[in-house]
Amino acid sequence: MNVAADPWVWVAAILTLAVFSFLYRENPFYRFAEHLFVGVSNGYAITFYFHRILMPYLIEPVSHGRDLWLIAIAMVGMLYFTRFIPKVSWLVRIPIAVVLGYSSGAYIPRAIDAQILQQLRATIVTRSSFATTLAGPGWQLGVWSIIIALGVIATVTYFFFSAEQKGILKPISRIGIIFIMVGFGASFGYTVMARISLFIGRLQFLLGDWLGLLR
Amino acid sequence: MLAPISFLLLVTLSPPQDVMARDRPNDNGKEISVFWSPSGDTGVTSYRILRQTEGQQSWDTVGMVGRLARSYADTDVEDGVRYRYVVLAASETETAESEPSDYAVSTPQWFDTDRIPALFGVAIFTFLIVLATNLARRNRNLFIRRISGLDAVEEALGRATEMGRPILYVPGLSSIADVATIASLNILGEVAKKTAKFGTPLMVPLRDPIVYTVAREVVKESYTTAGRPDAFSQDMVFFVTTQQFAYAAACNGIMVRDRPATNFFIGMFWAESLILAETGATTGAIQIAGSDAIHQLPFFITACDYTLIGEELYAASAYLSREPLLLGSIKGQDYSKIVILTVIVLGTMLALLANVQVLDWFRSIR
Repeated sequence: MNVAADPWVWVAAILTLAVFSFLYRENPFYRFAEHLFVGVSNGYAITFYFHRILMPYLIEPVSHGRDLWLIAIAMVGMLYFTRFIPKVSWLVRIPIAVVLGYSSGAYIPRAIDAQILQQLRATIVTRSSFATTLAGPGWQLGVWSIIIALGVIATVTYFFFSAEQKGILKPISRIGIIFIMVGFGASFGYTVMARISLFIGRLQFLLGDWLGLLR
Repeated sequence: MLAPISFLLLVTLSPPQDVMARDRPNDNGKEISVFWSPSGDTGVTSYRILRQTEGQQSWDTVGMVGRLARSYADTDVEDGVRYRYVVLAASETETAESEPSDYAVSTPQWFDTDRIPALFGVAIFTFLIVLATNLARRNRNLFIRRISGLDAVEEALGRATEMGRPILYVPGLSSIADVATIASLNILGEVAKKTAKFGTPLMVPLRDPIVYTVAREVVKESYTTAGRPDAFSQDMVFFVTTQQFAYAAACNGIMVRDRPATNFFIGMFWAESLILAETGATTGAIQIAGSDAIHQLPFFITACDYTLIGEELYAASAYLSREPLLLGSIKGQDYSKIVILTVIVLGTMLALLANVQVLDWFRSIR
């Protein structure tokens, strides 16, 4: 056993145990770790935004006389602080409108391209879907392509809100929700696996870096 | 006799052919693409790309690629400056240099013509949504089917009121630019109207400073609309931290210390979803979740009482608020879904039965 001599490893290990103690119940150790975590993260965020955003993208260029138009943008950003002055607090809507407007403009074409047009292209079954490739024999690939197309049709039907799920829509929606749940099941297993690997990483830290039980 | 033969073998490495340099189309400049036909030799291990700026004598190496590469993107160029390139085929023992390419100039383009199909897509879907919004303005009773998770909202609010315990509303961890966050804030508005009416304590911890500003306005307005502006407290909506897991730890602490009777997890979530939902489940709270994060929905489905899946989240905000704009957008999306399903079914039939190359239209889409 080769226990760590670095005091920061001890601090990290004790805080890890304090957080893990939540598995038993809420207690003062967890509460301490929680508040410390929130405080440190806020301090880190302020430093990060100042040094990595404000300094290189605003203060640095403007102080050297470059990109002076950034001052106007900064003024719009400063309007967020008007919410502390009740009389002019409505001005806060201006930067929010700018952010929402920009985000919509940047996001919508990208979403339509990636999430609709590309998906449509991948879903349509063609004769080439039945071609034998390195992935497997043609008839198998073709059957999978048809299943994917049927799954997409059924799933989209499930999310059709303009009509009750009655008549023909009922069985199709049922099939849709089955497809959705199968997808979620696969995603669940995959993500749990990833989370366990995170836990193993933490155990390796405790047993290896801290207690020196692992080599 | 062996020596001359081996010498001949060593000097026969053939150079790459047809080296061509041209401005990368549909970009914002500062990039030239270099193409070449490979050296006929199988012994080539890599290609080195050399560049010469017009008016200078020296050739600089700008990149190196593997033997299978047929192109290289030079992203270290100035717009408006003329460059030419040679490609050097290299084997273990020797190199062979191509003829220089013609000069190429990098320039930015105003329009990305690869995106024209996306432009058509945006135009079609926007038209459908505007059309449906106008219909919704004329008729507020446009039909949207009931979503089972919504029945639980009233039940959960009533339970919290009866128990005299607070309601925790977590509107996701994403920014205001996220559609899920906007939908969540719409639902928050409706929930806040009911907590104002019933006098139920409400807690809204926030991760994003801008979402915090908007959420605070939404809750305040809901309390005013419900005729209880006096019941609104500044402390109802509070900023916690921007750090993902510190935020999750704080929410966990709130759940176990303040014991809310109802937890809403509605919006965009990442890895903290399971931590939040599991902790809430251990406190015995009714939990209603809603997200369009595909990888987090399984955790909500397993640990929460009701879950709004994907687009149900957007429909829920429209259903609850009956706002013409939201109703219209849901209706418009439904019309868009009909278009999408028609394209899939017709496209597949044409491609399979008539062998029409329907995918050709999509090929140009990036």
